[in-house]
Amino acid sequence: MNQFQYTRPAETAVAVKSLAKEPNGYFLAGGTNLVDMMKMGLVVPDKLIDINRLPLKKIEKTATGMHIGALASNSEVAEHAYIKAQYPLLALAINAGASPQLRNMATVGGNLMQRTRCPYFFDTAMPCNKRTPGSGCGALEGINRMHALFGASDKCIAVNPSDMNVALAALDATIHVTGVKGPRAIKIGDFHRLPGDHPELDNTLQKGELITSVDLPTASSAYNKHVYYLKIRDRTSYAFALVSVAAALHIENNTITGARLAMGGVAHKPWRLSTAETFLKGKAVNEDNFKHAAQIAMQGAKAYEYNKFKLKLAPNAIVQSLKLATGLAS
Amino acid sequence: MSTTKPCTPTDGEDNSNGTRRDFLKQTSLLTAIALTPGTVVKAAENQWDEKLAGVFEKQALHLEVNGVKHELMVEPRVTLLEVLREYLDLTGTKKGCDRGQCGACTVHVNGVRVNSCLSLALTNDGKKITTIEGLAKEEELHPMQEAFIKHDGFQCGYCTSGQIMSAVALLKEGHAGSEIEIREFMSGNICRCGAYPNIVKAIQEVKGGMV
Repeated sequence: MNQFQYTRPAETAVAVKSLAKEPNGYFLAGGTNLVDMMKMGLVVPDKLIDINRLPLKKIEKTATGMHIGALASNSEVAEHAYIKAQYPLLALAINAGASPQLRNMATVGGNLMQRTRCPYFFDTAMPCNKRTPGSGCGALEGINRMHALFGASDKCIAVNPSDMNVALAALDATIHVTGVKGPRAIKIGDFHRLPGDHPELDNTLQKGELITSVDLPTASSAYNKHVYYLKIRDRTSYAFALVSVAAALHIENNTITGARLAMGGVAHKPWRLSTAETFLKGKAVNEDNFKHAAQIAMQGAKAYEYNKFKLKLAPNAIVQSLKLATGLAS
Repeated sequence: MSTTKPCTPTDGEDNSNGTRRDFLKQTSLLTAIALTPGTVVKAAENQWDEKLAGVFEKQALHLEVNGVKHELMVEPRVTLLEVLREYLDLTGTKKGCDRGQCGACTVHVNGVRVNSCLSLALTNDGKKITTIEGLAKEEELHPMQEAFIKHDGFQCGYCTSGQIMSAVALLKEGHAGSEIEIREFMSGNICRCGAYPNIVKAIQEVKGGMV
């Protein structure tokens, strides 16, 4: 690792000001992604601002739902009794990612900021518009079996690697951030972005902004009974998703009164399946309806040379997750 | 530096690297200027004594490792794993992949298992670290160490200290309810020799003894 400056402020305002002054500075939280990338030479910061001493660790129930401090660790969230009971989708998704050691270190804010695992992004000998804008996309004509089905551009076909983000998308989370211009709130659907012409930008944070919390609405906690997070990967455990599905249904008298569905491993951002959700509303709990919903969800999917299998895997995963969530499969 | 060797890994480093010189000139010294007498800054700025300049890059680190307090000066880029192995001579903790993927470097920080290779040492300032060397009580091995020996939970042994540190934490976390759960929650520790079935047996035995 190259040398860098290191500061460890105790106040959020100081941290934010400190980064605003530093063009090549980064906030350091759990470090599980950033330190790894620094070792690979993908990120070479002049300054790290260690935010681990900021008072942003609280997890608490609020009048409007659930407040999760940006520095709460992934395992603290996944093991939180109230979250497990009321927002089980989030706990399941978090526990499907990484390893226990990494989840103990990684923070909620850091997980939101997690960068893609596209091998062309990680190999500095390869072109990558995300790492080096203008250098081209190695994956477009390369080995692209891990890559996107939705919302990609000819500049980038990488996917967001997070499991937690998929659950947050399904649960309508709001991301609270603060910067030199003050605080603002960003809906999870507007936080991550599609690559378009600027794949170097993973999200809509402005320079110097710091994530302070993730808030979940009370309404999401109504989806706590029929829930499943299905993650399909190359090995049983401890691997990134080829496809994942977060499914939560509200069911009354065998009728779906509301559905929350999102997919991971298929786009540059967690991919909410809004049209499938709309279709499922008012439908009976049965496999035919799930298959139809999956078909609707896959409209507009576009595969590349090596990820065509995902065109079949993804709808099957949607159906299976819905069956598992509703007890039609076990 | 108090309880440790005066020698640090960076002392032997080749300092002829241009990037490093440029960096010192451009950044560290800006901070140092505010804090140090003009003559010292000038000396460093002119690269008369880069080792002197190196001192400014280092920051104080207080750790309690296996019950022993240490005060060190380390560069920000030094990881907790490197401090344990290279500064404190606690070489029981292993460097495997150095990328947070294999788990050989697993230690407990304030009782929680982490990958020490991805943890910058300075972020652990003031914390309590337990390594494999800190598990046994004098001559008496930790029950998990005994169980690994009894069940042959290793072959080459390289991953073993990480496996044991993870296993001890796992029991505390309460995720050792079934073989499937043990395997899932031990998935951050990879064993090239494939001793997994015996590792699971060792954990199950200690779990049984705890009830």
